[in-house]
Amino acid sequence: MSFWFWHGIRKGVQTTRYPRAPESAGGVTPGRPVTTEFHFAEEAALAAANCPVDAIAADGKWARVDLRRCIHCQRCHFGEPHALEWRSDYEWATAPTEKYEALPRSYRRSLHIIVVDAGDCGACLHEVKQLNNPLYNMHRLGMFFTATPRAADVLLVVGPVSENMRGPLLKTYEAMPDPKRVVAVGACAINGGVFGHTFMSAGGAASVLPVNLEIPGDPPPPLAVLDGLLVVAGRKPLVLNESPVERNA
Amino acid sequence: MTATFSPAASFKRVELDPLAAAVQDRFRASVSLSRGDGGVALSIMLLEPSSLSELCKFLFWDAGCSFGGLIVEERQGKWRLSYLFLAAGSGWIEMLLQVPSSASSVPSISSEVHAADWHEREAEDLFGLQFEGHPRLGDFVLHDQVWPEGAAPHRRLQRKSMDAHQAYFRRRPNPDWRPLLVVRDPGAFAMPVGPVYEGGLGQSVHFLLETVGEDVVRAVPRLFYNFRAVEKIAEGEPVSRALLLAERFAATSSFAHSLAFSLAIERMSGAEVPVRAKHLRILLGELERLRHHAGAITGICESTALAVAASQAAIIEERLLRASCQFTGHRYLFGLNTPGGLRRDFTNESFAELLKSVDLAASDLRVLEERLNFTSSFLDRLEDVGLVSPDQARDLNFMGPVGRASARCHDLRLECPYGGYEGYTFEVPREVEGDGYARLRVLFQEAYQSANLIHQAAERLQPGPVTARCEAPFGGVALGWAEAPIGAALHWVRLDEAGLVERYRIITASFNNWHGFRVAVEDFAFQDFPIILATFGLSATECDR
Repeated sequence: MSFWFWHGIRKGVQTTRYPRAPESAGGVTPGRPVTTEFHFAEEAALAAANCPVDAIAADGKWARVDLRRCIHCQRCHFGEPHALEWRSDYEWATAPTEKYEALPRSYRRSLHIIVVDAGDCGACLHEVKQLNNPLYNMHRLGMFFTATPRAADVLLVVGPVSENMRGPLLKTYEAMPDPKRVVAVGACAINGGVFGHTFMSAGGAASVLPVNLEIPGDPPPPLAVLDGLLVVAGRKPLVLNESPVERNA
Repeated sequence: MTATFSPAASFKRVELDPLAAAVQDRFRASVSLSRGDGGVALSIMLLEPSSLSELCKFLFWDAGCSFGGLIVEERQGKWRLSYLFLAAGSGWIEMLLQVPSSASSVPSISSEVHAADWHEREAEDLFGLQFEGHPRLGDFVLHDQVWPEGAAPHRRLQRKSMDAHQAYFRRRPNPDWRPLLVVRDPGAFAMPVGPVYEGGLGQSVHFLLETVGEDVVRAVPRLFYNFRAVEKIAEGEPVSRALLLAERFAATSSFAHSLAFSLAIERMSGAEVPVRAKHLRILLGELERLRHHAGAITGICESTALAVAASQAAIIEERLLRASCQFTGHRYLFGLNTPGGLRRDFTNESFAELLKSVDLAASDLRVLEERLNFTSSFLDRLEDVGLVSPDQARDLNFMGPVGRASARCHDLRLECPYGGYEGYTFEVPREVEGDGYARLRVLFQEAYQSANLIHQAAERLQPGPVTARCEAPFGGVALGWAEAPIGAALHWVRLDEAGLVERYRIITASFNNWHGFRVAVEDFAFQDFPIILATFGLSATECDR
């Protein structure tokens, strides 16, 4: 079946140039709401009231955004008079503690990753899986999904940690050798998202495990996950562009 | 050798009036028939629980209805059990059984309608309701190694309704717990797979593959690792919040689920959705189907380790994700549906861009399909593997592409049109072989049909509003349905007098198809297992809710 070889070659290189150069193709990221200044305090209050997960807080004329809570419901995105400014970037990983401590240097070009679907809706898991496709191809950066926790350096947790997955998640974590890092991917893994803290959901990975890095979004696009993994590997400093935007309406 | 049938010829219409007359005739003393409301065409009130199983058998086997699902509700001191059946071409039939709350058991229908098996097991776990005659209850949604017997978290305890957010007694995992094994031959052992496997890239499912060597003799899937009790969380919440849950419990078909939920609310409030929104919903729903099928095809290529084909399919899928994001602002079409229409409209330029991407995806898929058809090493792994015979498909009520690969033609867009599909022309591909290759062909054909439907919808768009006013009514009950990429999705909602959700029931095709999945795996070798799993393309999270 030699035609597959030619078929593959003929397609050429499709892979993004990120992190060498920013990726500008349309649709790689849904973007994110950013802290916005309105003309009137009432507008900011309306914007805050419109958010179903309290990710927006009104502070005078400012509507401040807590991206960790954002579930990308887009209710503050389009058309409405109290819409916030959105920035279409994807480097938005955050650390729950003051400072993120990267893995030692030897991990920079060899990072083995295991994912645990702890009650995920499928979106975050799917976006993480996309890192294997030719357009992102994380192998070129020395990052690999590994089948066993014994060989894993990084644990990606997706989903709010359902009761039935609590045990398997802990077992996976305990089976990983030190040093290890835990990354909470998506709003659900950070604080439970729309599922919250219930009798069946632990309300985020942090209530079960020590979380080192958070990647907000519902779901975070593949490039946001890749950005987070680069931070974990110590190849990129942790910076979040939180500069607010003045609404030019 | 793809055999496709025109929609008119493809399903057998079940007329309601003769059916109602036959039911009246056979079960004279024990039923009371009425016209249903809230999306139900015929409502059969069962007065005599003992004839439940006979009546279900009649509807499913003699009248030729397919099984929709079971809705259990605890209301005004009574258990209200509603069994849904679909009379193809005529609408939903609801069979209603009410027993006092003090009654701890109802007759089981699983031995007559096999598809009801898991519905009854689920109800037993979550409500503590016993089903008399069911061969195996317990250890289903609530896993036995963690949850005590008799937990029943979905019940309203002594009128003080159980709060989903309150902590629940949970025992420490019992290290000595062992699953029940079925095969008892000498030398038999069980091979456990999951819930964390494939580096975690697989969904959380556990399989117990029982074997005496090479072949899988029994396959016991253990699901509900992703159970987040969505139905319980929704209780007491306003509609706008329940919509977020409907959209986010299974993201790979989020648009279909939010649509089904919105349709239920619209049906309850009597809101008329603007024409433009109807066409846009069809366009977006088909876009989701196209993207989902591209992803399922990627999964099949990956499972056979055909790396180049898997990469090419993955590129198609990622491009469609990007096109969705450029068009709607979200890669998985979140935040679009709302009761009354769509949350936003789109510009004419963005349609041109989208159609270009869709055409590119369809033509790339055609190239891929042609090459796959000439890759004998690939076809060898799919042909005659994971067989589901038409009889088994009917027996287990398979839905979606899986059912359509085994000669069933269960597609709600045809059999029970919703949201404007009546005016569209499309074919529902059907194959009869029931093997992995047939399922792959169905996926390809459906993807082309979806691309075609997207064009049709775009041509029909006329300027106009996309949202109508739709206030959540104070009290009411309705059923909404949609054909999700994996199969039929049913959302049943009851609102209380304050307009808050009183009971929310989601029935998905994944739940139904996982139940029958074992027949495809049994008697095939271990190395076929990942391939069969991929050709089924099931979603664990859609099943678990």
